[in-house]
Amino acid sequence: MSLDPSYLEYPKRGRGMDHDYYPYSNFFERPPLQWPDAKKLLIWPVVSLEYFPMIPGDDPFRAPGHMQTAYPDYRHYTAREYGTRIGIYRLLGAFEKVGAKISVATNGMIAERYPELIADILAGGHEIIAHSTDMNGTIASGMAEADEKALITTALDMLEKATGTRPHGWLSIARSQSFSTAKLLADAGVSYMCDWANDELPYAFQTQAGTLTNLPLNHELSDRQIINVQQQSVDSYAEQMTNAADWLIGEADKFGGRMMPMHLTPYIMGLPYRIAAFEKLIAGFAARADIGFATGESIVDNWRRQQ
Amino acid sequence: MMGEMQKADPGLYDYLPYRNRPKIEWPDGKTCAVWVAPNLEFYELDPAVNPHRKSWAKPHPDVVGYSHRDHANRVSHWRMAEMMTKHGFPGSVSLSVALCDHIPEVVEDASQRGWEFFSHGIYNTRYSYGMDEAQERAIIEDSIETVERATGQRIRGWLAPALTHTPRTLDLIAEYGLDYTCDLYHDDQPTDVKVKSGKLTAIPYSLEVNDHYGFFIYNMSPREYADTLIRQYDRLAEEGEMSGTVMCIPLHSYLIGQPHRIGAFEAVLEHIAGDGRAWVTKAGDIVDRFREQTA
Repeated sequence: MSLDPSYLEYPKRGRGMDHDYYPYSNFFERPPLQWPDAKKLLIWPVVSLEYFPMIPGDDPFRAPGHMQTAYPDYRHYTAREYGTRIGIYRLLGAFEKVGAKISVATNGMIAERYPELIADILAGGHEIIAHSTDMNGTIASGMAEADEKALITTALDMLEKATGTRPHGWLSIARSQSFSTAKLLADAGVSYMCDWANDELPYAFQTQAGTLTNLPLNHELSDRQIINVQQQSVDSYAEQMTNAADWLIGEADKFGGRMMPMHLTPYIMGLPYRIAAFEKLIAGFAARADIGFATGESIVDNWRRQQ
Repeated sequence: MMGEMQKADPGLYDYLPYRNRPKIEWPDGKTCAVWVAPNLEFYELDPAVNPHRKSWAKPHPDVVGYSHRDHANRVSHWRMAEMMTKHGFPGSVSLSVALCDHIPEVVEDASQRGWEFFSHGIYNTRYSYGMDEAQERAIIEDSIETVERATGQRIRGWLAPALTHTPRTLDLIAEYGLDYTCDLYHDDQPTDVKVKSGKLTAIPYSLEVNDHYGFFIYNMSPREYADTLIRQYDRLAEEGEMSGTVMCIPLHSYLIGQPHRIGAFEAVLEHIAGDGRAWVTKAGDIVDRFREQTA
C-alpha cells in the first residue's frame, strides 16, 4: 500500500524554523559578548544531583542511570547513592580548591532527604538548578498537562522550602520535554532552562506564557556521554575538554566571549580513580587568566545585560 | 509470494575482484581521489509519520535529537566549513533540499565556497519507504527544482533521505539524468550500476568512516576518529598506485564541528593536503574522470 498522500505535504516548509520557539541565528554573526574580568571563556560546571527510587517509574520513560535488575536492585541503588554520599563531596572539594562557584541540578527529593548536603552546597556559594522531583519525574509528550505542571511546581516548591530561594533555572531529566514544558516553566516563574543543546550561548525562547532563556548544556560534553555511554577514559575526557576550551578561546579572540558547559555526575566522575585527573583538569583551567568558572545564572545575567 | 520488485540479489553490478583491475588514473599522477561530503540537513521537530520507520527515538518533540541537529545550522556548519576552506577541501553536499527554504544562509554559504550539491531528500525526517512511483518521482523532481532555484546547480547525485530507498530509486534517478548514487558501499572505486535507462555510477561513500559511525557506533574519541581517517587515507593512497582509489569523508557538522572535535579533525585535513598523493576534489569530477577512462 502506498504512503498516505499527506506524507508529501510540508505545511511548515518555509523561511526559518519549523516552530515558533526561536528564530534562526548564526552563531558567528552575533554582537560579541564581553565577560567580566575580560575572561574569554566561562566554564559552566553543572553537577546533576539525582535520587533514584528503588522502584523505577517507566511512565513516560525510565531515566538514564535508573534501576536495571529485578527488585531489589541493590547494585544500582547503592552505586547511585555512592554519588550522593561520596562523589558529590569529591566534586565540591575539587571546585572549592580552585575557588569556582558552580550550578548543581538537584532533584527536589534530594533536598528533602539530605538537608546537610544542601546546606553544604549553599555554604559553598553554589547555585541550585531545579532538576525535577526525583528520577521518576520524567517528562514527555502524552503526559497530562496538569500532571506536568504539578511535577514542575512540586520540584520548585521542594527546593524553595529547603534553600529559601525558588530556583531560577530548570533542567529536565534527560533534557526531555513535551510541547508544553517551556510554557509551563515560564508560567511557574523559571527564568532559564538548560534542555535545548542547539547552541553554545544563551538565547531567547518564546512560549505562550512569555519568554525564557535557554542556556545550552551540550549533552556530548558530559561525563555520562563520554565516560559511561562512549566508554572512554577520564584522560580522554580531560583531553577533549581541554581541546574544546582551547578551540573556544581561539574563537573568542574574533567573535567575543564563549562558554563551555561541564556536565558532571557524582557517581561517574566522583570515583577515586577518576577524580585526580579531573582535579588536574580544572586546576589547569583555573590557572589560566583567560578562563573563568561561572554558575548558569551568572552567565544568563551577563548575557541578558548585553542584549 | 515474493513481489515482482523483490529479489534475493538486487543485481546492481557485476562482480569485479580487487586483483588485476584496469588501472584508473587520477589527474597529475595522484593515487587517491578524496572527497568530503558534509550532510547539510534539516530535521523536522514534529514530522509526519511514516508507518515503516519512526522519525525520532523518542516521542515528539525529541529535544536532544532535534536540538543537536539544529546546532549544525546555527553553529557548527560555519566552524566546519571554515576549516575545510582553510585547508583547500571543497564539499560535495548531501542536502536536505528543504534547507534551501528554511535556512538559505547555509546553502548560500556552501554555494559561495564552490561546493557541489546532491540530493539527500526533502527532509531527513521523510523516508522513502512505502512510496509509490508517483510519490518518488515527486521528491526527485522537487529536489532538482529546489536546488536549481536556490543555487543554479543541476544536481547530479543522490543519497537517499536517511538511507531509505525503494527498489526503483536507482532506476528513477538515472532516468532523470542524475549521474551518481552514494547509496552503495561495495567498493573503493567507482562502479557502473545496472539501471533500466540512462547511466548511473556508484561513487564510494562510506558508512565506516562516517563521523556518525565513528562517534556513535564505534564510540571513538575525537583523536581516535582522526587517526582512523588518516589510516584509511594512507592505505587507499598506497593501493591507488595500482589503480586509483576513492576516499570519501562523510561529515555531519553537528558532530565534527563540536569544539572538542574540530581541532583533531584539522590534523586529518593537514595530513591529506600535505601528503601529495591525494586528488582533493568533488564527487562529480571523480565520476567524470572515471567515465572518461571506462567508456
